[in-house]
Amino acid sequence: MLTIAGRKFRSRLFGGTGKFSSPEVMQEALAASGCEMVTVALRRIDLNNPADDIMRVLDRDRYLFLPNTSGARDAGEAVRLARLARASGGGEWLKLEVTPDPRTLLPDPIETLKATEELVKEGFKVLPYINADPILALRLQDAGAVAVMPLGSPIGTNQGVLTRFQIEIIIAQAQVPVIVDAGLGAPSHVAEAMEMGADAVLVNTAIAVAGDPVRMARAFAMAVEAGRIAYEAGLGAVRKDAAPSSPEDGLGFLR
Amino acid sequence: MKVLCNGEAQEIAPGTRVADYLIQLGLDASSVVVECDGKILTREEYGSHALQDGSVLELIRFVGGG
Amino acid sequence: MFTIPEFPVLQDAISRATEAEVLRALHADRPRLAGLAALLSPAAESHLAAMAKRSAVVTSQRFGRTMQMYAPVYLSSFCANRCAYCGFSADNTIARRVLTFAEAESEAMILHQRGFSHLLLVSGEAPAKVGVDYLEKLALRLRDRFAALSIEVQPLATEEYARLFHAGITAVAVYQETYDREVYKQVHLAGRKADFDYRLETPARAAAAGMREVGIGALLGLADWRAEGLALGQHLAWLRKNYWRTGLTVSFPRMRPAQGEFKPLLPVSERNLSQMIFALRIFDPDVGLYLSTREEARYRDGMIGLGPTRYSAGSCTAPGGYGLENAGGEQFEVGDSRSLAEVSAAIQQKGFDPVRKDWDAVFQAKGDRQQAA
Repeated sequence: MLTIAGRKFRSRLFGGTGKFSSPEVMQEALAASGCEMVTVALRRIDLNNPADDIMRVLDRDRYLFLPNTSGARDAGEAVRLARLARASGGGEWLKLEVTPDPRTLLPDPIETLKATEELVKEGFKVLPYINADPILALRLQDAGAVAVMPLGSPIGTNQGVLTRFQIEIIIAQAQVPVIVDAGLGAPSHVAEAMEMGADAVLVNTAIAVAGDPVRMARAFAMAVEAGRIAYEAGLGAVRKDAAPSSPEDGLGFLR
Repeated sequence: MKVLCNGEAQEIAPGTRVADYLIQLGLDASSVVVECDGKILTREEYGSHALQDGSVLELIRFVGGG
Repeated sequence: MFTIPEFPVLQDAISRATEAEVLRALHADRPRLAGLAALLSPAAESHLAAMAKRSAVVTSQRFGRTMQMYAPVYLSSFCANRCAYCGFSADNTIARRVLTFAEAESEAMILHQRGFSHLLLVSGEAPAKVGVDYLEKLALRLRDRFAALSIEVQPLATEEYARLFHAGITAVAVYQETYDREVYKQVHLAGRKADFDYRLETPARAAAAGMREVGIGALLGLADWRAEGLALGQHLAWLRKNYWRTGLTVSFPRMRPAQGEFKPLLPVSERNLSQMIFALRIFDPDVGLYLSTREEARYRDGMIGLGPTRYSAGSCTAPGGYGLENAGGEQFEVGDSRSLAEVSAAIQQKGFDPVRKDWDAVFQAKGDRQQAA
């Protein structure tokens, strides 16, 4: 069972609530995914459309809310959003996202570390979204982050785990759970991440924009399970180089 | 009196409390976060906090996001 | 706190390993502890050549075709411990000697002349003879002339390691000798060394104090070498997780004749030693691996490029043994007595570069630096 900051999760798939065609489709897809934690963002209410409220369909008893600080361009904005999230009854869990570049939505490592240090002091359970930088992951862990969320590829690009090599290092070194987030475009991608040893994955775009989001959510859930079981069961050998030509090749000096 | 709400100038009656204003806007107070003049209000304060001329209000709620 | 399972648990994990698991570990990108257990097991013995090959590839990727050279300076043969296996045991009647600062400096300068830039300062565990003050003073004296100074002395407290770090010591070697608690009790008869747990926590204390490198090891021949290998792997993995900034090394002292004529309880052959080295190299590509002059020249030459990355040469294990008269008794008999020049030539002949200087004291922050008088 997955444990993050003392809380247990049966499902290692976390869902995002953005980009769905309607709140109803979102609700059905999340239910089909089996996820137990969902991200939400904070935005100004559209006063021309006061009834547009995803809280109508998101059951807070069923899902743990993980507010994100999307939109924040620096630590100051992220901290402010975090406090707003907490004030709205969002709890202390927080996905810290500091993305100053709107084109790539890549996270700013320096502002993320700064914000983490501040927010940990204020009692938040911080899950920082980062590029797959192993040293940054260690620094955030040292600063008190309860997990790290390295990207597989930039948000919405659906390219899969392009950062495989670095994520393997993060998984090997981390003492907190590693949640691969962003860029996971197909069930095979999340299976790959789980086979590597990731503790969980977060998927949003790939489910929300699929032809049939509900069925896609189910597919992702199965892939997460498959990947995890494969990891725990011990994957087979992939031969990298040929066997030596004779059994004692190169060891003639031994007595 | 004038207040700035989510970046737009709005005319409201003097002495309007936050809770009343939310009702006027058709909003459910339980899913709204209110930041007034840079300070985040607690839900309990919605009923008592009266808006001033020139108040800057941010009304925020959870929306879908990744 | 680092903890190690009971030896029978480690032995069980190793004995259950199958050939399939050996092959899986041999070809995995990063075998985990179960993989290390397989590589240390009897099932892996028929794959020794393949292990050597993999170990060589990993070593080459991480270290290139280099070998770092160092030399030990024995400062003192006084020891308060009674370790059944050691030439310096308090029970043994040998000529005891502790070097004065001038003598230690003169020994170090002989090595400097020979071309060494990395020194390992060794002493028996007798704080009254070689304590923190002595080491601090000596480090301050020597730091300007050597790229790196490491110590292999009695376990110290974190604050003491911090003092020594500021004085110029860059690395600390402390071997658990054996991770088998029962055997440990039997061979460490008296002295502070009898405290298994205090010794076990020592690498963490040195790392916490900011030492650039920490070295661990087991004295091969005391207990089941396979389980020692697995314990070392666990210790490495724990140190990597908890002190990720600290460099790590492993040494493989294999019991040789010494005063007291202690026979290895469980002899370890050259094949066994090689298997252990290859297994740890495959398990942890980044760890420095020492092969000292305890081993024969033929063996050390054969192992160049296959895993070890640090070789000593021309070593004397008696205080004052390099240039002073009336050197004290040896800690152990040397197997490879070639000079630095000869060992370097052998290394070069194999197509590797003997590196005499791989760091610079200038990079090390100096605390309240005081010039030695």
